[in-house]
Amino acid sequence: MSEKATTRIVGTPVPRKEGVDKLLGRARYVDDIEREGMWYGATVRSTIPRGLIRTIEYSRMIDWSKFAIVTAADIPGENCIQLIVADQPCLADGVVNHCDEAILLLAHPDKHKLREAVDAVRIEYEPLPPIFTIEESERQQQVVWGKDNLLKSFVLEKGNVDSVWEHAAHIVEGEYRTGAQEHLYIENNGIIAEWSADTGVTVWGSLQCPYYVHKALVKIFDLPVEKVRVVQTETGGAFGGKEDYPSTLASHAALLAMKSGHAVKMVYDRMEDLAATTKRHPSRTRHRTALDAAGKLLAMEIDLATDGGAYSTLSSTVLSRATLHAPGPYNCPNVRITAKAWATNTVPYGAFRGFGAPQTIFAMERHMDEIASALGMDSVELRRKNFLVQGDTTATEQPMREPLMMDKLLDRILSESDYCARRERFVRENPSSTVKRGLGIAAFYHGSGFTGSGERILDSLAGVDVTPDRKVRVLVSNTEFGQGTNTVLTQIAAEALSLDYDDIEMAAADTGAVPNSGPTVASRTVMVVGRLIERAGLQLLSMLREDAALGESYTRDEFFAACDRYRAARSEVRSLVRYEAPPGIYWDDRHYRGEAYPSYAWSIHAAQVAVDTVTFSAEVEEYWAVQEVGRVLNPVLATGQIEGGIAQGIGYALYEKVILQNGHMANNQMTNYIIPTAADVPPIHVYFEEIPYTYGGYGAKGIGELPHDGPAPAILNAIVNATGTSFNSIPLLPEDLYARYKNAEELATL
Amino acid sequence: MSTEWPSIHFTVNGSAVTVKPPPMKRLLDVLREDLHLTGTKEGCGEGECGSCSVRINGELVNSCLVPVVQAEGANVQTVEGLATDGKLNGLQQAFLDCGGAQCGICTPGMLMAAAQLLERNPQPDMNEIREGLAGNLCRCTGFMRIFESVLAAAAHADTTEAGHAR
Repeated sequence: MSEKATTRIVGTPVPRKEGVDKLLGRARYVDDIEREGMWYGATVRSTIPRGLIRTIEYSRMIDWSKFAIVTAADIPGENCIQLIVADQPCLADGVVNHCDEAILLLAHPDKHKLREAVDAVRIEYEPLPPIFTIEESERQQQVVWGKDNLLKSFVLEKGNVDSVWEHAAHIVEGEYRTGAQEHLYIENNGIIAEWSADTGVTVWGSLQCPYYVHKALVKIFDLPVEKVRVVQTETGGAFGGKEDYPSTLASHAALLAMKSGHAVKMVYDRMEDLAATTKRHPSRTRHRTALDAAGKLLAMEIDLATDGGAYSTLSSTVLSRATLHAPGPYNCPNVRITAKAWATNTVPYGAFRGFGAPQTIFAMERHMDEIASALGMDSVELRRKNFLVQGDTTATEQPMREPLMMDKLLDRILSESDYCARRERFVRENPSSTVKRGLGIAAFYHGSGFTGSGERILDSLAGVDVTPDRKVRVLVSNTEFGQGTNTVLTQIAAEALSLDYDDIEMAAADTGAVPNSGPTVASRTVMVVGRLIERAGLQLLSMLREDAALGESYTRDEFFAACDRYRAARSEVRSLVRYEAPPGIYWDDRHYRGEAYPSYAWSIHAAQVAVDTVTFSAEVEEYWAVQEVGRVLNPVLATGQIEGGIAQGIGYALYEKVILQNGHMANNQMTNYIIPTAADVPPIHVYFEEIPYTYGGYGAKGIGELPHDGPAPAILNAIVNATGTSFNSIPLLPEDLYARYKNAEELATL
Repeated sequence: MSTEWPSIHFTVNGSAVTVKPPPMKRLLDVLREDLHLTGTKEGCGEGECGSCSVRINGELVNSCLVPVVQAEGANVQTVEGLATDGKLNGLQQAFLDCGGAQCGICTPGMLMAAAQLLERNPQPDMNEIREGLAGNLCRCTGFMRIFESVLAAAAHADTTEAGHAR
């Protein structure tokens, strides 16, 4: 059983497993690693957004004999990055579809020679007309992908939306937009690759999903799976930005290693990383909502469009999660969601914490405040009246079987933020102040784990083994990049085996050594993989009891003595378990009906914002977050996840704007792509409510993405509360506020 | 045929070093490549993120903006100089206890900024901590655990000092 009454290690704030190495400065990130005779690689990229490559010229100013040069023609296997749809080339071959698309690769023993060489490759193009927006893509005057620019579409139907409009007391419409967002992990993307005819390809790098990279390399090099090995190095932040991109970079580095006969390191600098790698999908969401006279939701019609960029990459699954989070934590009998991901000539958009959910939750939660305003209702009461409760069904007709406490979370956030008293104070104080204050809330859920049948298809395998020198090792392909994978999976193994935290080690995330326990994405690690480790630990105890005479209760020495006996008889002590879906899970992928996610984490945020009508800056002054995430396995790490996600969400709402010029990111520097600093983040108050989830590792649900969902709508709702002006688009920078208030008369009425 | 550059002498974490890189080579690269002190990290290469923060003669600097020639004769302190015999100092221990490090890539620079702050202002208030760390970007923590770590280190140092005084 997952729900143990008491635990020794799970639930306690044990220190981060690799924390000491990180604090001493001895943790080894990819750029800290050297290989014998290593060369360095660089990329020649497209300078136009769309066109045909006519000629490639190598300037005579460079002695090219000292360089390894790789083009698409050097690829031994398929020139295609394997992900969901096989449409993205590893290197452009004759045609480019976005700026900064990789065309050609260079390697040299001296990394300082590379920049000049990259500039000395002259490429002539025959330009084709590019498109950069959802609207241009929808018009289909230029078809830049497939037959119709449509990367993916879904329709989700519940009840009969069309029958409702005629009789509804209220119909409220709105349109909401979100911009791109850069992950801005502080460590840029980087890979070291080696190649040999005998052993194949080995790569080390900063990445989230070793087996994704493995799958890509097998196809690029046309090698048997055992001749490709992928090892994760210490990874300095990822947030989804190292989910799919490392497959491309690893392919590039490995091709250069093959061509040069040397190990090759490719580490992007910040400008290249910002210009060439993935970002969060921009979106446009239109809502049309019917309510009865009392404010109960009768129907929601939601039209969602995302910008996917030039290739399909993860756009279909991002769209799926965006769709499934679009209707919010509300009960509504009639729902229609039409969702489309459109191709444009920009760098492909990719995974970013929340994976589509922050976009549609922004729309839903902003729309709830617009509805409340249209109905003359309090937005808190509008939400309370419509919250999902146990026994209700979601838009996919998934029954809410587990206990659900949105009401209680709402009460908690109102009391912790002193919501009513603060709002009353602002109403009193704002008219006589140039600084207008407001308080806004947002309510939402985040589905944990892969969508629909995803976890069944992943079929994850994970476990533990015991080494002759008496260490238990956790065997997973799940990676640590700051969120706490190492720590929490170690806690789970120690708990299950009744050992100490220090008795457990993490095996390296090396496809040559650990089984495929799935990617480290989708808030699945603790809930799904944690559960596998819990089961593997308990299975190991059964093995030792049956075959090595381990007693019902045992000391640490007795445990390892039993392991020694087991090993003597069977050569190794290893316990692996495979994913088992919780009972009663049903998902119809064609109609988007059934159990969209095995469980949901629930949350409500509140933001206090001050809008300065002189400088037009909007500043978050204080922030509260209440959440139900199942069992909290490590309170310090869990709190850190929530706070970090909120800071990113504040950036998403108020600071971070990706500016494209002819499809190239113009502000691709930390100087002009601005994220919140220590001086910008407000005090953040974090509160957990715990309802252990039966099928999660020691009762845990997903937590990592949840906190990024709330800040943008909570903050914009606060700004609307402060100013009385509807803002429906993020990011909202001072210049955007200024543009809205350039009419001085309007400003004076605030 | 490689150019012979003049020697540059300085101390790093108390040890004298002599290097012969091109004089305009970034101190960051000399530390990482010539001296193999890879604890100091590059995040942006333009002095915005603070990951490469080190202290020169007690001043916090972005080592990506310092040509090594400027370090001639100086005392340079890096993250590797904080611990004694691999044992965390009070500030590092506070980061471990309070969750001040997540992915760890900003941590060396953050520790140097925090060390400088606490040396100059042993009991900083929250505004002083925010200002003292404002040149060091962290994308993981949202800074709350880092602020708490610095407060805890300050409180601990205060108790320890009080103990010594008695």
